[in-house]
Amino acid sequence: MCGIAALQLRNPSLHPQMGSLLSSMLCQIVDRGPDSAGLAVYNTPGLVSPGTSTLSLLGADQGIPTTALTAGVSALLAGVLPADAQAAVKVVGDTTLVSAAVGTDLLVKAVTETVPGATIIGRGEHVAVMKSVGHPMEVAADHGLEAMAGSQGLSHTRMATESAVTAGGSHPFSVADDLCLVHNGSFSNHATVRRGLLREGVVFDSENDTEVGARYVASRLKQGDTLEEALVNLGKVLDGFYTLVVTTADSMAVVRDPIACKPAIIAETDDYVAMASEYRALAALPGIDNARIFEPEPGKVYTWSL
Amino acid sequence: MVTLTAPETAAPEAAAPAESDGGAAPTVVDLADASVRSLNQALHDAVDGQSWTITSPGGKHSLAVGISARVAVTIEGHTGYYAAGMHQKGDVTINGNAGVGLAENIISGRVHVTGDASQSAAATGHGGLVVIDGNAGARCGISMKGVDIVVGGNIGHMSAFMAQAGRLVVCGDAGDALGDSIYEARIYVKGTVASLGADCIEKPLREEHLAELAELLEAAGRTDNPADFKRYGSARNLYHFHVDNSSAY
Repeated sequence: MCGIAALQLRNPSLHPQMGSLLSSMLCQIVDRGPDSAGLAVYNTPGLVSPGTSTLSLLGADQGIPTTALTAGVSALLAGVLPADAQAAVKVVGDTTLVSAAVGTDLLVKAVTETVPGATIIGRGEHVAVMKSVGHPMEVAADHGLEAMAGSQGLSHTRMATESAVTAGGSHPFSVADDLCLVHNGSFSNHATVRRGLLREGVVFDSENDTEVGARYVASRLKQGDTLEEALVNLGKVLDGFYTLVVTTADSMAVVRDPIACKPAIIAETDDYVAMASEYRALAALPGIDNARIFEPEPGKVYTWSL
Repeated sequence: MVTLTAPETAAPEAAAPAESDGGAAPTVVDLADASVRSLNQALHDAVDGQSWTITSPGGKHSLAVGISARVAVTIEGHTGYYAAGMHQKGDVTINGNAGVGLAENIISGRVHVTGDASQSAAATGHGGLVVIDGNAGARCGISMKGVDIVVGGNIGHMSAFMAQAGRLVVCGDAGDALGDSIYEARIYVKGTVASLGADCIEKPLREEHLAELAELLEAAGRTDNPADFKRYGSARNLYHFHVDNSSAY
């Protein structure tokens, strides 16, 4: 098992409620993976801001004080930039967010030089990624999900099968700017695909099968695929059981493997698109009685853009 | 939590007269307040002739599982996994969609879903009738052992996999590998079949088949013309071991 709940808000007037709606959905998928969880939120004020890159780092404690982290990143950026990059560090729950007015590549370089052991779990202008072990509702509460505004939200409760119950093994996997992927299922040929990506120079953070899926999608997008094309290609290369949800800065996609053992249900209204492992996670959404509710067809890629 | 009691032990004023058939008014259970466990226990304790209305199901799992009396249950909304599982004798109507494993292992009675059903509807059913007005997902009627299933819309792939007995009627289209490794059971499809599974073939639609199909459609409250359907069933080529296949073992 594993639980997924994802929400794309089409109506901006619902943005202030993103966290509370996602939290109510997450609450209903806890049974599917009660040991660890992860969240991705898009365009959440206080976590990310336009024109600024934000890196999400695993853990609240990076081994050095936040002031030292800020100073270290600032100093490194000052060496290569004409203007002040306004580096800032914020700890939210079990996650450290580092932001600066530079591209993500420069920020990644500055952060990894300052804290060589840092694990980057999210990157981009729009997304913040948070993961931890423990009861998913505690993970959500520790990060303050309930109060978060935003345009999209993605949550995952993990029943670990292919690798250990660790925060790093939790989903989402966010391996390119504003790209997140969550997975219910298991990839059976991930080691083979991993070797192929390693030969292309792709670097991995974990032994997790889902990370291979995320790295593969990122690799395809980098080569010019649309999100839909990348997921069609994933279906040709990766074997196994999966329901995947992939989000980008302005899009959300859902795909199930052709055997479709892993559940998924979608509710669509003029105001939002919501996807969950089980209908009960959608039951409390506003206007659900008039939503178009359907299960995604096996092997078909669905995408929605804001 | 509300503790539920079966109507015959409830206060007299609860048994108000209703319906022209003289039956008691349905016992209403709102799952916004009551637990699934207390609901199912009350349904297990129920006796023939009682009726129940369940509100606010909210996609909860295992609703109305294990009914074994001639009770009528109406669920107003969508149900989660395994609704009306292990069902006997009673009549369950779900005014909404049903999740995975609807009416799994049904023995007798009737289960009716007005919306769609997820995968594995009526799996391993031994008897009774399951009616799905909308679409059913993959593996509908998997390992069916005598249940009758009528689907108003389409069914997903691998439906009637290893079907042993019973009838599956599909008024829409069937997905891939219909009736794979079928033993017996008769399958009627009005629309297209994406592909037939191993040892499942089209068979002639004779008078007795038109007659039973008409009965099934009527029982499901449908007006489709039986002559518009095609019949599929077992080629019976997998019944016996062929020595030619010995190298496969």
